[in-house]
Amino acid sequence: MRHLLSTKDLSRDDAILILDTAAQMAATQEREVRKLPTLRGKTVVNLFFEDSTRTRISFEAAAKRLSADVINFSAKGSSVSKGESLKDTALTLQAMGADAVVVRHWASGAAYQLAHGGWLHGSVLNAGDGTHQHPTQSLLDAFTIRKHLVTDPMGNDLAGLTVAIVGDVLHSRVARSNVHLLHTLGAKVVLVAPATLVPVGVEPWPCDVVHTLDEAIESYDIDALMMLRVQRERMTGGGFFPSPNEYTRLFGLDGDRLRRLPDHAIVMHPGPMNRGLEISAEAADSPRSVIVEQVANGVAVRMAALYLLLAGEEGAQ
Amino acid sequence: MTGTIMGAADISRALTRIAHEIVERNDGAADVVLMGIPTRGLPIAHRLAARIAEIEPGYDAEHACGALDITMYRDDLFKNPTRTIGTTSVPDAGIDDAVVVLVDDVFHTGRTIRAALDAIRDLGRPRAVQLAALVDRGHRELPIRADFVGKNIPTARSERVDVRLEEIDGEDAVILRKGE
Repeated sequence: MRHLLSTKDLSRDDAILILDTAAQMAATQEREVRKLPTLRGKTVVNLFFEDSTRTRISFEAAAKRLSADVINFSAKGSSVSKGESLKDTALTLQAMGADAVVVRHWASGAAYQLAHGGWLHGSVLNAGDGTHQHPTQSLLDAFTIRKHLVTDPMGNDLAGLTVAIVGDVLHSRVARSNVHLLHTLGAKVVLVAPATLVPVGVEPWPCDVVHTLDEAIESYDIDALMMLRVQRERMTGGGFFPSPNEYTRLFGLDGDRLRRLPDHAIVMHPGPMNRGLEISAEAADSPRSVIVEQVANGVAVRMAALYLLLAGEEGAQ
Repeated sequence: MTGTIMGAADISRALTRIAHEIVERNDGAADVVLMGIPTRGLPIAHRLAARIAEIEPGYDAEHACGALDITMYRDDLFKNPTRTIGTTSVPDAGIDDAVVVLVDDVFHTGRTIRAALDAIRDLGRPRAVQLAALVDRGHRELPIRADFVGKNIPTARSERVDVRLEEIDGEDAVILRKGE
């Protein structure tokens, strides 16, 4: 692996290698000394064109736990706000000797362009590009599901499990990444969203689509329920649903719906949550919610991704 | 000289002797923790623990063994293809103030042990660290020596020493092969 751009590119073996490596990384994070010398002398640049707290901090923590040097670059207050292009920014990072660039961009395809533009020598990790992909988020979701619901997690996939992804699928790179990754790992994926928040061209995706949360709970044996954030900042113009109250009534996860799920089912959310809109406080804080654990797992998964991309021979594929 | 250097009986006798030496050196085995370095250091560590338990009744062989994966501490990570990370496990009691005996199959350049010493440092502070190896083939590149050695085998740098163990390979043998 040279870049991590999309979960579509990952084979089942690649995905399982990342999850297994993440499990070993997670084990090191329970020690007294959590820092490893593995990536000493490597430089990781966090290139963020879009606001993000948890993903940036998570990547920063992951790189630092592996002893890499971290440079944070956010578009606000940089030359980008003076009109610098992605290419010139990339050439600058290349000149500074970046071994890996973690990029978050508002434009779908930005990570691909950065990786294949011939501007950078190092690896590119997509940390979210527009409404396209967010591979490390779906890898940490898969890692969390595997840890909770697969008896012997090491070396195994998610065969036989059903994962429902609920809410604003249209604007969600998390949903797109998860549909492909979970399918590759053998899980069944059910998208639950109002017709207005299902992307055009969803038909070939390897998943089912239903239009109310109650229908999903009744028709499927759900093992993991992934609530998506309603991305109000991307809903310019409105018209996606009549009112927040109606959205909550049809797609929100509350205590009642939580109790109708199978007893072993877990509740996930990529964060940040709109409490009271897509998820009630009762559901978010219930013992079946693994939302806080997802954040911790995120660091382990990103350590694994950085290790697998950066360790190994210079120039090896 | 190439071919089979040690057979099953030789390996068994060498391990029995090493077990006695460990007990003798440490005035018993009360604080001794055996940390096997994957892959083949692990079964050797378990065999040594079982033998120590035969000599020292009361020695809890089950809970005195650990695994020490050194992948993330290697100094050649960027000179080889990406390596898969293995499992590290420490006995429940930890290794603080214990006598840690590192166990490996072949002792060669000393770089693996250098990495192991760094890895141990992140896991705790043992009272002492000792090294046991089934085979010492020489060609040290670092000032590190073994405390307990099964057999010293003079080799050329180009030769290969393959340790085969029942648990992994289905037979016990140490084989010296000509290099390409």
